[in-house]
Amino acid sequence: MTLFIALIAIGLVAASAWWLAIGRARHLRGKGRLNSLPAYHGVHTLLWALLPALFMLAVWAPIQASLVNQAVLSSPESKALPAFDMQRDAILDEARQIAAGRIEHGYNPQSEQLAPRFGEAESRYGAIGGGVALLLAFAGAALALRRIVPEFRARAGVECWIQALLVAASLIAILTTLGIVLSLLFESLRFFKLVSPIEFLFGTSWSPQTALRADQAGSSGAFGSVPLFWGTAFIGAIIAMIVAIPLGLMSAIFLTQYSPPRLRAWLKPILEILAGVPTVVYGYFAALTVAPMVRDFGLAIGITSASSESALAAGLVMGIMIIPFVSSMADDSIAAVPQAMRDGSLALGATKAETIKKVLLPAALPGVVGGVLLAVSRAIGETMIVVMAAGLSANLTANPFASVTTVTTQIVQLLTGDQEFDSAKTLAAFALGLALFVITLVLNLIGLRVVRKYREAYE
Amino acid sequence: MEKRVRRRYAAERRFRLLGLLAIGLSVAFLAFLLINMAAKGLGGFTQTEAKLTIDFPRSDIILDPATLKGPEAKRAVASADLEGSLNASALRQYGADASDLFGPAAARQLGRDLISDPSLLSRRADLWLPVASAYDVAAKDQGSAKAEQVIAAIGAKGALQRGFNADFLVASDATDSGVVGVWGALKGSFLTILVTILLAFPVGVLAAVYLEEFAPRNRWTDLIEVSINNLAAVPSIIFGLLGLAVFLNFMHLPRSAPLVGGLTLALMTMPVIVIAGRNAIKSVPPSIRDAALGVGASKMQVVFHHVLPLALPGILTGTIIGMARALGETAPLLMIGMRAFIANPPQGIADPATVLPVQIFLWSDEVGRGFVEKTSAAIIVLLVFMLLMNGIAIYLRNRFERRW
Repeated sequence: MTLFIALIAIGLVAASAWWLAIGRARHLRGKGRLNSLPAYHGVHTLLWALLPALFMLAVWAPIQASLVNQAVLSSPESKALPAFDMQRDAILDEARQIAAGRIEHGYNPQSEQLAPRFGEAESRYGAIGGGVALLLAFAGAALALRRIVPEFRARAGVECWIQALLVAASLIAILTTLGIVLSLLFESLRFFKLVSPIEFLFGTSWSPQTALRADQAGSSGAFGSVPLFWGTAFIGAIIAMIVAIPLGLMSAIFLTQYSPPRLRAWLKPILEILAGVPTVVYGYFAALTVAPMVRDFGLAIGITSASSESALAAGLVMGIMIIPFVSSMADDSIAAVPQAMRDGSLALGATKAETIKKVLLPAALPGVVGGVLLAVSRAIGETMIVVMAAGLSANLTANPFASVTTVTTQIVQLLTGDQEFDSAKTLAAFALGLALFVITLVLNLIGLRVVRKYREAYE
Repeated sequence: MEKRVRRRYAAERRFRLLGLLAIGLSVAFLAFLLINMAAKGLGGFTQTEAKLTIDFPRSDIILDPATLKGPEAKRAVASADLEGSLNASALRQYGADASDLFGPAAARQLGRDLISDPSLLSRRADLWLPVASAYDVAAKDQGSAKAEQVIAAIGAKGALQRGFNADFLVASDATDSGVVGVWGALKGSFLTILVTILLAFPVGVLAAVYLEEFAPRNRWTDLIEVSINNLAAVPSIIFGLLGLAVFLNFMHLPRSAPLVGGLTLALMTMPVIVIAGRNAIKSVPPSIRDAALGVGASKMQVVFHHVLPLALPGILTGTIIGMARALGETAPLLMIGMRAFIANPPQGIADPATVLPVQIFLWSDEVGRGFVEKTSAAIIVLLVFMLLMNGIAIYLRNRFERRW
């Protein structure tokens, strides 16, 4: 609350600084020639008043959080807190919420006692932080106002700030990648302390149970992830690609070479719609309609083990989803082949089909292969279709009518259960996520590199 | 020689046919999907209503008309056990088999009718009320044999009709499939997308501007480019893991709130906006930039006063397509906890909420027969929104994008 008031106060200081600066600049303009427009002077002063104060508040907020926590934990009421992490955090959370006025009564009696401590610690440290930030705002405004003279290059100053903002925005992209890698690595390392990497990467039995209590039966967990990777590859890289590659490639060939322009103008958006349908819709369609059809088909041709959650159902629907990706990549690659090659082949008397099969496709092959790699990476990372249509049983089978599970299904399963956060079961999800990230990263890098190198070869 | 030429032409025709078949099959799949969903879901927008004659003064509904006009009306109606009274009347009118003919939906409807017209309590009235979900499903030919018999009997008396289920769009999640609605999920989706766009659009556009206009060609900018291109292709569930590890466990933000969902989706959408922005800025011809520089503008003024406005249609198209993708995302939001049962729509961005795709996922797990058509109906709502957003993007692109 105090920080909020501080924010408003800083805003007011900055706004009045802006107003004063513009006034002063206009006044000076009456007397002679200014280097920059008054608006720039105003914005320059505003930025100097606002940004250092905001930056200080942003740095102070996490510091204040830990100072408040320390103050509360050293108060006499906190002796009664249990030592168990999750419960203690829950009580502290509740006390924090009561102090903030978000809820009225807590579940635990201790939270109501701790709430006033939170309140006073927050207001004390909030006042300190807010006060310092306000001082910074005043200082910044005063310094900037003093510099308003006709020769002052306010526009250059403003543009400097804007450039810093642009660089910061671009760095967020790196920060995100770093964040992903670090958070996955951190949790995975905790997992690998509990389960050996060799067992994880090469073990063939996946049954992630860990004991909730030390004496629980059935607590031996096996964390071999080979069945999961096999399931992922089976559904995503094999079945889905068997559907998507021929259909996508032939669609692209038809659209670029054979179809009249009006038809193409209709068909391309329709393929884009196929790409735009949310995956949860595909998953529901797969579970509701395709899976029973596949099971009936399997039973009809004599496979008695056909289950209602089969790899074939999920793979088929995933293949349909991937068709637009393959098609657009192949489209781009075929269109990039120089017209001269096509014309030369036709001039020699080849039919269109022979031109495509013998000249265009081999020339466009690297691009198509790159596109296929990107499509495989997309299919591997797909979650909802497999969660809804494929099963949960990890088995290494080549029978498409059986139920297999994939890496993404297991990640969802492990993290939406009731396990506490430190157990090997939930940490396994992060290890799986790290493996998935590395695999898709490698596939993407290779695919993008192949596509780009191919594009350069013809330009 | 002739034979060979004819064979080659035949091969050509076959190849062309294969291409046509491939694209025909793809379109057919899409049509099958859409028609299947529409067929299953349109039923979710209608509800079966049965006529019930209630003699209010003689029934066991104890409500005071004065209370119904005051502020306690809703509470009085909720505690009056209207469902029990309705089923007692149904028992009298339609026989012992119909003793559970009405469910919470009918109670809610009756409550609304009574609040809007308290004079009903003093007379006898014929009301059309929605039946319970078991009978609703039976009327749509999917229920148990007993329920279908009851429905057939009522229908034979001319006391059955199909009504539009407007509650589906304004009600929230519930345990009974007769009263569920998508409003809570829609509001949650709206708040999440709002947070996403407020965070991703400025950062994405500014990063695109920097990378295209100001960045020197050195290793750092190469690294930024490579990481953006990779982020655009990372599976969405990894972003969910990131959200879980950083926003929930490290920063202790409220679980299942649109704030955290929006943050996660913003991280996911930002690379898409950067790539679209870069392409749009790249397509503005150099002559515009040179002309502006020639008139005396600074580099920053050239970019923000000349290049960016011209590139804006392309950027907006890319943003809308990115938002449409974010609207349909389920996996990352499952990771940050939006899997809970939320009965009340969220009031702000820090309240627990759910989004429409997650709602669809949760309903698809439910066992009640009535949930099948409700899930498909929610899918129809979602697809309508997606089509709307993509349509707006295509319209913008065709109307405002300039070919230089």
